[in-house]
Amino acid sequence: MPHFAKPAAGSWTEQYPELGTGPVNYEDSIDPAYYEAEREAIFKRTWLNVGRVELLPKTGSYFTKELAVADTSLILVRGRDQQIRAFHNVCRHRGNKLVWNDYPGEEVKGTCRQFTCKYHAWRYDLAGDLTFVQQEEEFFGLDKGEYGLKSVRCEIWEGFVFVNLDPDAQPLAEYLGEMAKGLEGYPFHEMTEVFTYKAEVGSNWKLFIDAFAEFYHAPVLHLKQAVKGEADKLFTIGFEALHYELHSPHSMISSWGGMSPPKDLNMVKPVERVLRSGLFGPWDRPDIAGLDTLPAGLNPARHRAWGSDSFEFFPNMTLLVWAPGWYLTYHYWPTAVDKHVFEANLYFAPARTARERLAQELAAVTFKEYALQDGNTLEATQTMLRSRAVMDFPLNDQEILLRHLHKVVGDYVKEHADAAD
Amino acid sequence: MLPTDFAALEPYGDWILENERDRYAKRLASSMEEMQAFYDAAFPLLEKAAAHLDEFVLHELPEAERNLLLLMFSLVNVSFPVEVWKQPRVPDSGAAYLDLVVEPRV
Ligand code: FES
Ligand SMILES: [Fe+2]
Repeated sequence: MPHFAKPAAGSWTEQYPELGTGPVNYEDSIDPAYYEAEREAIFKRTWLNVGRVELLPKTGSYFTKELAVADTSLILVRGRDQQIRAFHNVCRHRGNKLVWNDYPGEEVKGTCRQFTCKYHAWRYDLAGDLTFVQQEEEFFGLDKGEYGLKSVRCEIWEGFVFVNLDPDAQPLAEYLGEMAKGLEGYPFHEMTEVFTYKAEVGSNWKLFIDAFAEFYHAPVLHLKQAVKGEADKLFTIGFEALHYELHSPHSMISSWGGMSPPKDLNMVKPVERVLRSGLFGPWDRPDIAGLDTLPAGLNPARHRAWGSDSFEFFPNMTLLVWAPGWYLTYHYWPTAVDKHVFEANLYFAPARTARERLAQELAAVTFKEYALQDGNTLEATQTMLRSRAVMDFPLNDQEILLRHLHKVVGDYVKEHADAAD
Repeated sequence: MLPTDFAALEPYGDWILENERDRYAKRLASSMEEMQAFYDAAFPLLEKAAAHLDEFVLHELPEAERNLLLLMFSLVNVSFPVEVWKQPRVPDSGAAYLDLVVEPRV
């Protein structure tokens, strides 16, 4: 029996006829050639979020971002003019990686006045200009003005720093479109307390997005996380979203939030009762401006039972805003057709008391328990997809975002291939 | 090591750990009996600990109070094995891992 209304078309999916309702083929998650095509058609051409402005608090703050999927590494740095810029992390002399510590493959961060290459000491300022060449007189009329760092498009939306390897890409705001516009004004900048998680997961990057873009699995895979009576109830009820919306290539799902706080305290575990927190976050909203009136893009169905909105910014960023006033991001950085680095950031308004900090700790620990179950399941999925015993899978109406993701990826790949012909 | 009112938790001082990585590692390396004993001693004091700690400024906790907070972080971490899993590991998590590489300072 349905608990929440569906659109007049009969289903969420049928509102978007281009999606179809047939089984979806998952060859796109196991074929190495397809992965190569995705790298060219998607990751070298779309806007990729690499973090937030708070990571670069002052002049000279920098961090590096490994983009294995695009065969490069980037330097993000805040200049003397306070501008945030992105550069390929490659020295113009003979191609050494410019910024790294002991291990060239590991991301680093810090603060500096300039970048000096470890190899022959060429130096670049914070704006990427070449300022010093060792034994410059040995070169042949070298014009330093022509050997600055190779820059990369870098634009900011609501404090989120995005890069794009395609110099001809449309502006970021235009790319993010309507869906992002609807989130503008949310107090992201107030939520500066961060928990950052990382893992390498043995699955195609899209499979992890699949796992976070539907909650149909939650009452099943995560069954044992709830207290017994509550788990049985959740299993029987299953999952229905309040609302779905596609603004291709992006999409979102809006869900209920009955656990923060729960109607009946017996629904949740003892530690949650004491600390007033859990998977949905601390039950008591932080005291910051901007939470009383939410931007129009949040809780688009204007539902009383609203608990969270999860936005999929194509290709690899999930932004999940929770009703009690915190948010998180997921990023899925492909490293091979069957492997990716998963990164999750939980953002809270700074705790003012130990009690608030303990509530955040519980939310963070709870998140990890869930994510471990998700990550492990994906490796099981990847191995079986590889068997090719079954290739077409029936996706239901609560899996519309998955259907959409795989279609959009397919469209990008096809369009890119057609343009090359 | 801990504020006087929480002396009963002194035997569990090895759960006072600086970061989540260490807390989670200790959880995986502990038996259910060990975690149950820690939980049984600490959980009844959680509310009292929160009330006590709230009399201080969070980022200026005296050493004993800071230890108490870190100990309560460990309690939060073992609450999952004790309250739901009945085992140290998350069920169905196999070899999956998730490292907390940045966490707020206390
Ligand atoms: S490669 Fe950087 S100075 Fe030579
Ligand atoms: Fe999940």
